[in-house]
Amino acid sequence: MNDMRVIERDVDVTETKISARGVQVYYADNHAIKDVNVDIEDKTVTAFIGPSGCGKSTFLRCLNRMNDTIDICRVEGEIRLDGEDIYDPAVDPVQLRAKVGMVFQKPNPFPKSIYDNIAYGPRIHGLARNRAELDEIVERSLRRGAIWDEVKDRLDAPGTSLSGGQQQRLCIARAVATEPEVLLMDEPCSALDPIATSQVEELIDELRANYSVVIVTHSMQQAARVSQKTAFFHLGNLVEYGETGKIFTKPEDSRTESYITGRIG
Amino acid sequence: MTDATSIPAAPEDGRRKSSLRTLDARTRRRNAAEKRFRFYGLAAILVGLFFLVVLGVTIVRSGLPAFTQTVVSIDFTLSEEDYAKAEGQLFKTKAYEQIFNAALVTSLEERGVEAEFDAKAINRIMGKPGATIREHFRANEGDLGTPVQFELSAASRVDGYFKGRVTRDGFVDSRFLQASDLDLVDALAEAGIIRQAFNWNFITGADSGVDNPGGAGIGASVVGSFFMMLVVLFLSLPIGVAASIYLEEFAPQNRFTDLIEVNISNLAAVPSIVFGILGLAVFIQFMHLPQSAPLVGGLVLTLMTLPTIIISTRASLKAVPPSIRDAALGLGASKMQSVLHHVLPLAMPGILTGTIIGLAQALGETAPLLLIGMVGFVARGYPDGFIAGFTEPNSAMPAQIYTWAARADVGFYEKAWGGIIVLLLFLLTMNIIAIILRRRFERRW
Repeated sequence: MNDMRVIERDVDVTETKISARGVQVYYADNHAIKDVNVDIEDKTVTAFIGPSGCGKSTFLRCLNRMNDTIDICRVEGEIRLDGEDIYDPAVDPVQLRAKVGMVFQKPNPFPKSIYDNIAYGPRIHGLARNRAELDEIVERSLRRGAIWDEVKDRLDAPGTSLSGGQQQRLCIARAVATEPEVLLMDEPCSALDPIATSQVEELIDELRANYSVVIVTHSMQQAARVSQKTAFFHLGNLVEYGETGKIFTKPEDSRTESYITGRIG
Repeated sequence: MTDATSIPAAPEDGRRKSSLRTLDARTRRRNAAEKRFRFYGLAAILVGLFFLVVLGVTIVRSGLPAFTQTVVSIDFTLSEEDYAKAEGQLFKTKAYEQIFNAALVTSLEERGVEAEFDAKAINRIMGKPGATIREHFRANEGDLGTPVQFELSAASRVDGYFKGRVTRDGFVDSRFLQASDLDLVDALAEAGIIRQAFNWNFITGADSGVDNPGGAGIGASVVGSFFMMLVVLFLSLPIGVAASIYLEEFAPQNRFTDLIEVNISNLAAVPSIVFGILGLAVFIQFMHLPQSAPLVGGLVLTLMTLPTIIISTRASLKAVPPSIRDAALGLGASKMQSVLHHVLPLAMPGILTGTIIGLAQALGETAPLLLIGMVGFVARGYPDGFIAGFTEPNSAMPAQIYTWAARADVGFYEKAWGGIIVLLLFLLTMNIIAIILRRRFERRW
């Protein structure tokens, strides 16, 4: 796993999807995110790396306002999705989260059937007019989640009966089913074995064609493998942000260099 | 093997090499403590089981006699002539009684029963049958002139004689029963006129007067308890669950909600009689709801049950993993949707457990019912009156049992035990329904 070689990828579109300006996050008195400015591009995989507690997950959860569920959390600054401020009082976080899907660290399928897991999002957002349409959405989502072939014969089986890697791909398929524009992934592979990890990584690379994917990861190898852009967080600061290849080969900041060479973190 | 010599030798500073096969003192002590602990646990369970068995056996042994009743069954024919004559008199039931007694004597002589008895002895054995007979013939005039079988319940002491409660040893004559009556009773039993029958009246009937344990039934108070449980269930479950969901999922964490939390926990520990007097003051004296009604009883018990349900519901909501909430919210479900679609179904088994504990407590509660007047009573117009519903005066099982246990006639003692059996069966039914429901909600995750 010491292969730090970076595969150069073509970035076809460089349209900004999410732009954050001067974002500050406080947990009560604790200043968790300090003045972060970042532009996340469409149809690109952006990786957030950094040592534990550096704020990368916190920042990720700002992008779909999941931090709203934490009472003591306060967000300042401006985050724009396609030019619209997502913290505008007129924005309903529920509507936002339908556009910005999320995959969590631990696979968390609902204790329902595989079919119902996928169908839940489309149902609550009214994406299907009838059962046939819903069936179609479920199949398409499971195919995009690269898990269709494994579960097509047992859609009625509980989602929790799948293996860890399958559960995580089910969760990705579930997130995709609501037709989001952005997909946030919070350490999606940290609970998976290497084989399941490589399946999920492959899937992430495929998802890039349709979505803007933001992934938080502890593994620098993973960031190098799947992302085109990388942001390095340290102690709540966004230290460096740029092309993945450049971050891993010619980092500008000494802290980035220390981290990727294993001296801090 | 060349570096075998570099392995350090056993230290010489007092530590001896020990074998794994011999236990050192510390391990022995630890093992002994563990064995002791297991023994204590087992002993506790056995003691519990022993008392459970004692309880069960006592209840069944003392309570079963309540389900049988000694009855005097007699074929009796009333001619139209006698009917007209009896109705024409001033003391009508007395007249019927005389006709009946005369008929009884004739019928006994026909069967060859030879015993000394008079009208008083008949009264002592089977009470005063006049009223029962008159009522029957007034209601069914068509029965006049044809033989009608009457089943009259025997007096409490005669019933006790058949159940072994009253014996000839050390029998003292009283105005209730005399030794000569026992001879007559024996003769009647031999002739098949007095026998033991299953006491349907105990299951379906209402309470009776203090001198008539044979006529006492638990039926009315079973219905009363049932109505109360309905009120408790339909008020405390939705209110309790709604309050818990709000407190657990929506309420901001501040001093005010902390205060509410502490007070809910305190309410669970308030003695039930306090709720009773509160119900008397608020529901009856202030709001003028009818006294002795299952509606008021249900309201009082709802107040008592709410804290139990809220505490257990909050605990089971807390036990639902937060990742499920995150998953729903992350898909764009609203808070309400995430709670109703995912959290609540997962918390349902715990909520049902809390509900059944609360309902069981409420079902057995006596003290508050005494204060709002739901004690045993002779039902007027039974069975039409009480069945009318939630606002008619009624009793509840535990209050009825309490009333019976406090009465002087020993005949009521077995009724109290019998009432306990019915109460436990009611509780068992409730629990089985709850367990079946819980099974349906239980899911793995």
